[in-house]
Amino acid sequence: MDKQKKRFWERMGIGQLIIPLTALALLLLFNLIRDPGFFEIVVNINNSGNPVLGGNLISVINSASELAIIAMGMTLVTAATGGQDISVGAVGAISASVFIKTLIGMGEVTGWTLIVAVLACIATAIAFMMFNGTLVSVFKIQPMIATLILYSCGRSIAYWITGSATPQVNSPIITAIGMTIPGIPVPTPVFMVILVGLILALIFRVTNTTLYTQSVGINQGAARLNGIHPTAVKMLSFGLLGLCVAVASIIATCRMSQVSHKTLLVDIEMDAILAVAIGGNSLGGGKFRMSGSVLGAYIITMLTVTLLAMGINSVNIKAYKAVVIIVIVAAGSPVIKNRIAALRNRRSVSEHSAVKGGAAS
Amino acid sequence: MKKLIALVLALTMCLGLLSFAFADDAAIKVGIINLDPSESGYREANVNDLHAVFTKENGYDASFVTAPTADKQLDAFNTFVNDGVDYILVSAAETTGWDDALASAQEAGIGVFLFDRMIDCDPSLYLAAVVSDMTKEGETAVAWLESLGLDEYNILHIQGQMGSDAQIGRSTPLAEKAAADDKWTIVAEGTGGDSWSEDEARKIAEAAINEGKKFNIVYAENDGMARGVVAALDAAGITHGVEGDVKIMGFDCNKWALRLLLAGEWNYDGQCSPFQASVIDGMIKTLQAGGQIEGLNEKNQYINEEKGFDATTITEEDVNTYGLGE
Repeated sequence: MDKQKKRFWERMGIGQLIIPLTALALLLLFNLIRDPGFFEIVVNINNSGNPVLGGNLISVINSASELAIIAMGMTLVTAATGGQDISVGAVGAISASVFIKTLIGMGEVTGWTLIVAVLACIATAIAFMMFNGTLVSVFKIQPMIATLILYSCGRSIAYWITGSATPQVNSPIITAIGMTIPGIPVPTPVFMVILVGLILALIFRVTNTTLYTQSVGINQGAARLNGIHPTAVKMLSFGLLGLCVAVASIIATCRMSQVSHKTLLVDIEMDAILAVAIGGNSLGGGKFRMSGSVLGAYIITMLTVTLLAMGINSVNIKAYKAVVIIVIVAAGSPVIKNRIAALRNRRSVSEHSAVKGGAAS
Repeated sequence: MKKLIALVLALTMCLGLLSFAFADDAAIKVGIINLDPSESGYREANVNDLHAVFTKENGYDASFVTAPTADKQLDAFNTFVNDGVDYILVSAAETTGWDDALASAQEAGIGVFLFDRMIDCDPSLYLAAVVSDMTKEGETAVAWLESLGLDEYNILHIQGQMGSDAQIGRSTPLAEKAAADDKWTIVAEGTGGDSWSEDEARKIAEAAINEGKKFNIVYAENDGMARGVVAALDAAGITHGVEGDVKIMGFDCNKWALRLLLAGEWNYDGQCSPFQASVIDGMIKTLQAGGQIEGLNEKNQYINEEKGFDATTITEEDVNTYGLGE
């Protein structure tokens, strides 16, 4: 019976996702009991006269966008290198500065200048991430130490690029990216998450990249002996993280129509790492599931929105959040998992012996 | 004895001539220690203001050091003392740990001015402290709100970095008023965190709107966070500004924020003046002319004059004069 159940989970490919899915379900259940109004979705007419969806659930999927996108990239770096990149927020500030400076430098915001700015932003983020990647894969520096460099100086670099504290750009195109496109009531960042997800799914489902990344993460030496180039795989993961960071920084910039190098994507690195962990991925590298991390990102945001909806002052939110996260992470830890597995085994063994005993008498 | 006096006089004259020869026109040597200009628009304006006032043309030989941490600032301070500058100006990264350095400057006959940030020490250790009174900023803002004479005040309060001077100064008068007056209610309260994050402010506002909380005033403790709240209001179709339902209040007087005031999208912006240079310049000139610094309180402080701007009365000139950054 247990075996069958297990096989069912495995066949569905959910195995690793049981804990994050349970956590999400419990959060939803908690809100349902607390206040069913939490799930209410309304259609507002925004100040530009266009319909926009509103409500807590919309807040969750909208606000989680940057985190979800960066969590996808973080999963790859974690899997390939067995370490985390803590410079994502700072690199995001740099690429956002390039994005807004390019837009301001070209004067008017049109479709073409936007494309140029987006490409410049992506190129910048990838270049800086490649710097991290080189330190990690060529110079074999621990990822957290290697990325500590940009973590500490990235925001100063962003300031050099912007040249002033908060450059701004006002244009309906920018608002359309950061908020909603006129006529489409769903916030645009949500589509960006789907887009990035599709691009990554295409790369990882169609090609053998998943296998390469996992094998490098599990055992570099063995991977190399099998003809996989660990440096190339690690560089690829950092490059893709760069792409994710660029998109997230564009969303964050467009939300406020400004770049503040101090606050843009601030503290997102920790939430991203947390999302990877909640998603059931090993922070030591190897096997990974990007969908788990995305789920983790939504859980973290749902938690914040729930606490805000409960009227808890945001001063105290971090403490409440920590408690819930400890529970989720502990539930997914190997020790607890083994305990549960052992318990299950013991029960099935005792059932077996009971049956046997019955047959003998 | 006479010979000795003559000798001393001759020596002083020689030294005087020497110093004249080196520092061309007897420029006043000042060492200025500040925080990093990248810290905020406020700091940027502050650094630029100092650079604009302490120039050669104005009779100064000024050295500038910007450092984000207290230990680097102290190193710079000691270097200035050893160099024998005439005055040192400090905006301290930390309020404590300066006593020895300040005493050594006093021994060397160097006058110290504090600007923008106070230091916890005996007031006799510095000539004057030119600072803002954050509580007064909060009081000015609350007084402005009161002058509107609304029937009820339902306030969405977005706080800055908890425990910072600016946050305490701007929160306290509002909290006291809300506690004292039944018409004043704080319907939701939250903080933008240590970085005064725009996005945190947006989330807090969004949550309040989702929960159906009704507010007619947004009291955000800096411009960036007010901007975050306005983004949430715009998305939810809640009107704001002079013609709108919700009054928007910010602090710091960034130029872009004052432009929004001028456009009637916001209602109020409280100044936190970064312009202390000309005041200190005036004090130094007075001292050089043999005068006394006047207008200080018992803690040797000179409180900066600060304004609050109302969208209905602000002018283009105000924006250009008082606006920070671009």
